Amino acid sequence: MGAPVATPPAAPPPGAKIPSQPAKAAVEGSATWRLSDRIGLAICWAFGLLFCAIAVAIVVYLLVQGIKYLRPSMLVTPASAGFTQSESGGFSDALLGTLIVAAMGIAIALPIGIGIAVWLVEYGRPAALARITESTIEAIAGIPSIVLALFGTVIFSSTALGFLSRTSGGVVFGRSFFAASVMLSLVALPLVVASAREGLQSIPHHVREASYAVGKTKAATTRRILIPASRPQIATGAMLGLGRIVGDTAIIVVLLGATQNFAPVEGASFPLDYLRGAGTTLTNFVYEASPTGNLNQPQKAYAAAFVLLLMVLALNAAVDVVHRRARKVGAWSS
Amino acid sequence: MEESYPEEYGPRWPDRRVERTLGALVCAVVALLLAMIVTVFVRGWPSFAHNGLAWFGPGGNVDDQLNAIFLSGQAGAEYVYTFHAWPLIWSTLLITGGAVAIALFSALFVAVFIIEFAPEWMSNVLQPVVRFLASVPSVIYGLLGVLVLVPFIGNHLVSESQKASVAGVISLSGYSLLAAVTVLTVMIAPLMVSIFSDGLRAVRPGWLEGSLALGVNRWRTTWKIAVRTARPAIVAGTVLAVARAIGEAVMLAMISGSVGFAPNPADGAVFVFEPSRPLAPTIVKNIDQLSSPPANATLFAIAAVLLFSAALLSLTGWAARRAMRKYGATA
Repeated sequence: MGAPVATPPAAPPPGAKIPSQPAKAAVEGSATWRLSDRIGLAICWAFGLLFCAIAVAIVVYLLVQGIKYLRPSMLVTPASAGFTQSESGGFSDALLGTLIVAAMGIAIALPIGIGIAVWLVEYGRPAALARITESTIEAIAGIPSIVLALFGTVIFSSTALGFLSRTSGGVVFGRSFFAASVMLSLVALPLVVASAREGLQSIPHHVREASYAVGKTKAATTRRILIPASRPQIATGAMLGLGRIVGDTAIIVVLLGATQNFAPVEGASFPLDYLRGAGTTLTNFVYEASPTGNLNQPQKAYAAAFVLLLMVLALNAAVDVVHRRARKVGAWSS
Repeated sequence: MEESYPEEYGPRWPDRRVERTLGALVCAVVALLLAMIVTVFVRGWPSFAHNGLAWFGPGGNVDDQLNAIFLSGQAGAEYVYTFHAWPLIWSTLLITGGAVAIALFSALFVAVFIIEFAPEWMSNVLQPVVRFLASVPSVIYGLLGVLVLVPFIGNHLVSESQKASVAGVISLSGYSLLAAVTVLTVMIAPLMVSIFSDGLRAVRPGWLEGSLALGVNRWRTTWKIAVRTARPAIVAGTVLAVARAIGEAVMLAMISGSVGFAPNPADGAVFVFEPSRPLAPTIVKNIDQLSSPPANATLFAIAAVLLFSAALLSLTGWAARRAMRKYGATA
């Protein structure tokens, strides 16, 4: 990670320190450029401002609609059947569903992702397997989530995994929080692996050697020194993964949805009955409540989308905080 | 620090066991991917086998075909597999191509702007903005598309005479190529920007300084040296964005119009207002039909095509980056 370098102290002689990062003031302006170059710069500005405008428009628009339509009661009442939008309840089940899916998905993705990253950086033999693994992770990142979802229907409809979802008369339903979380963890996995890897790779070799020199095994070094030292990057990866999990819709629609309420499985004990049953998340709710979905309650879709956006913004902010703290610690300066 | 574990037992987790455990984990993930590829192709095979190459060709109404396929599985009669996916493929190509072309152009300018030309405050604003746009869930884009962009296009951009001109064929209501391409562009451009700017940042300053020392201005230097050096990153970002665009299902299911119709460029300007439905949203829309075996095979065949294009893309990207390795910048 090329951290932006702080500008050098005192005035550098003009023209001596040229671009990339520092001392922008000492750099030529665009006044001497040809017209075509200046038009190009104008295009740069135009697109930059356009990006900002789009972002501001999205946030402001959803903020306005959210404030207009979001009622605190929606957050605590589940959806129910009704003829008008005021009768059909809120989306508490969807909100809870999002939290459950996010927690379970990242709980699966994090250990596996860290494990893969550790293997890649610290072991990585045979080299052929390491190369295959890298391509695998890259491939998983490139697979459309709808394909993952379809694959999930095959796995979780198999009789052997019937205990993870609802079964009736030997037919496995295949839709459950377990099914959705497992597939969603695959969505987050590449991000976690990439970040954890980056963290491990940024630790200089002499740190490992120092640990070996005092008699620590490789495993102990990894657990006690390397993983703690790359915690900021791992946290960043987890946040990014969470963002993807929270925002994914296709997998939820295929492997969890079909309902706007929790549908616990009868005859199972407390947490399991809910986790084995179908459910919903905010993304699924927004999808179904939009004019193209089955519910068609645009006002509620706005409200849910606003809550979803707040979650995403919070995750973004968390990434920022982690990043900044990591930079402040700046452990390995060499 | 940890004193409670007696030293003489030896390490609790000997290295070899750790290596094997992690190796097994890695193998499991690789095996999972292979299993997925094999499953998807095997499940989709009946559809390919019955249609041959005509699967990819035009002919008939796709939605009717999908319906017939679904019903044949329920009735218990002989399965029908006839499926000609061209309208869906054509729609995928148009929407992905349009969005990627626009996004590539704008993302390149924005990345250059962030790295090189923006004043400090501007790039400090732009970076979080790009990150934010990249992380907005696709349903939110879809919702805004459905409730804002589509009505706008339907009410203000499409004229009555244009609606009348294609009245017998398709109805124009705002769900259109234009809406899909616009929203998809906003979705994928930020991805490109973040990868492009990482690539531009990694360009060796010495190369740029060399160019500047020869009296080339900053604009020219950036485009001739920095952007060229960062080509591997540009390829990588584009590949990722194309993959995302091809696989985008939910947002496009919401705003592309969800009609198995192949927009016809011969219609002139009306073309961009015509609805369609790409491959991935077709799966989402017909997901309830999985219980019918022929429909199941057809949906998996679509998934196989998506998977194959994703693999092809990664391969292209890998080959292109390999060929460009001599330029020195990493992606």
